[in-house]
Amino acid sequence: MTGYEEILRELLAILKTFAKSGQTLQEETDLVADLGLDSLRVMKLVVEVEDRFDISIPINTLPNIRTIRDFAVQLEQLLGEAH
Amino acid sequence: MGIFDKLQPLAAARRALAEKGVKSINVTMEEVLSPTEAVINGRRTILVGTNNYLGLTFDAGCIQAACKALQEQGTGTTGSRMANGTFAGHVALERELADFFGCRGAIVFSTGYVANLGMLSALAQPGDVILLDADCHASIYDGCRLGGAEVIRFRHNDVSDLEKRLRRLGDRAANALILVEGIYSMLGDRAPLKEIAAVKRQYGACLLVDEAHSVGVLGNRGRGLAEEVGVEESVDFIVGTFSKSLGAIGGFAVSNHPELELIRYASRPYIFTASPSPSTIASTRTALQLLRTRSELRTRLWENARRLYQRLSELNFRLGPEVSPIVAVRLPNPEEAIFLWNGLLERGVYVNLVLPPATPDGGALLRCSVSAGHTPEQVDRICEAFTSLRETAQTAQTIGTVTSPPARGGSV
Repeated sequence: MTGYEEILRELLAILKTFAKSGQTLQEETDLVADLGLDSLRVMKLVVEVEDRFDISIPINTLPNIRTIRDFAVQLEQLLGEAH
Repeated sequence: MGIFDKLQPLAAARRALAEKGVKSINVTMEEVLSPTEAVINGRRTILVGTNNYLGLTFDAGCIQAACKALQEQGTGTTGSRMANGTFAGHVALERELADFFGCRGAIVFSTGYVANLGMLSALAQPGDVILLDADCHASIYDGCRLGGAEVIRFRHNDVSDLEKRLRRLGDRAANALILVEGIYSMLGDRAPLKEIAAVKRQYGACLLVDEAHSVGVLGNRGRGLAEEVGVEESVDFIVGTFSKSLGAIGGFAVSNHPELELIRYASRPYIFTASPSPSTIASTRTALQLLRTRSELRTRLWENARRLYQRLSELNFRLGPEVSPIVAVRLPNPEEAIFLWNGLLERGVYVNLVLPPATPDGGALLRCSVSAGHTPEQVDRICEAFTSLRETAQTAQTIGTVTSPPARGGSV
C-alpha cells in the first residue's frame, strides 16, 4: 500500500507541470484559487493522476478536493480501497 | 457573499464576448420559414444548426395530426404521467416506439434531457457505479448526479480505457452501468459501439446508449448506431429524443428488461413534471411513421452531410473525425470562431457557435448540422459563405487551417 508521504511526493511532481513558473507548491495550496486550474485542466490533472496511480477517481469526490492535501488524502483512501 | 455574486463571472464573460464582437449568442428566429430557413436580424437565413435531421418540422402530415389533437384534446395535459397526464396518445406512442425498436417496453418522457435524468437517477443510486464516456451530454452527467451513484469517466471513445476501469472495479464491474452516445453532439463522431458491447458482455455490465443524434440517422431502419453495427441485443437501454429527427419535443427510453416498467415509479423526473402535450405526441407519432417508411430522407441527409463535409475539407477547415450530419469546424480559439460566425450570419447562414468549456478539447467550434430538408443549392450557398470568408484577406492565412494534426479522441 502506498503511504501518504509517497502519494504527496508523486502528486507534487505531477502538479509541477500545472503550476506557474516559480510557484511554490505546498499541502495547503488551493488547486483553483492558487493554481488557477479551470474545469478542463482539473480533468486533465485527474486523468494524469489516475494513470500514475492506476486507479479511477470518481468525479463525485472532486467537489470535496480543494487543496493538494485534500487530493492526497482522497488518493490515500482510494488506494487503500483498491488493495 | 450575496446570492447573486456567483453570477458575476458570467456577466464578465458576457462582456468579454461582446468586446470580441458577439452581440448575442442567443439569436432570435424572427420568422421561421421552413425547416431550413428563418429570418434572423431581418435577413433570410439558411439554418445549419438545428438538429432537424429529417426536416420534418413542417411536414403536412405531422402538422395535420398536431392540429387534430389540439382541437380534440386541448392544448396541454396539465399533469404528470402518474396523475392525469397519460392520454391514449402517450400509451400508443410508447407501444409504437417499442415496436419500432423491437423492444419489450418503452417510456415517454417530457424532453430528451428529462429522459436521461429520469432513467439514470432511477437506475444508478448510491452504492452503484457508472462508467461514462467523458464527452457525454450534460443531461447524462446531471442524471448521474441526481441518482447519486459513483461516477467514473473514461477517455472519449477509448475502449481500452473503459476496459481498464472495469478491471479496476473487480467484482463491482458486473453491476456497473456503462453510458455512451451513438453520435456525439459536438464533433459528430460515433462511439466504437461494437467493441464497447463486447467489453460490456465480457464483464457482465449494463449498457445504456443515448441515440439522440442517431435515431433516424443511422441503421437500415433508422434505429440508430446499435442497429447500424448489429449490437442491439447487447444494449440494455436506449434513450432518445423527439426534438431532433422527429421534429417535436420529448424523450423516450426503450428496453427488453421487464424492470423498465418499474422505472416509472422510481423516477422523480418522470413523476414530477407534466407530460408532453397531445399535439406534440400526435406529431411525433406521425413523424415516427415517416421515419419508418421514408428511407429516402435518410439517404438525402447523408448526401447533404457528405457534400458539406467534403467541401469544407477542400477549404482546409479542420473538421470532426468522420463524415456525419454534424459537421464541426474546429478552430483554435474563440476569436477566430466568433469572426467566422459573425461573417456567416451576415452572409445569411446560421450555425451553432460553441465555445469552451462546452467543447471537447477546449478549442472553439462552428457546429453545423445538416438536414434532409436542405436542397443541394442551399448546401452550395453554405459552402460559398465559408469560401467567401476564407478568401478575405485577413482570414486566408490564419483562420482554422490544418496547421497541426487533428486531435482525435484525446479529450477528457
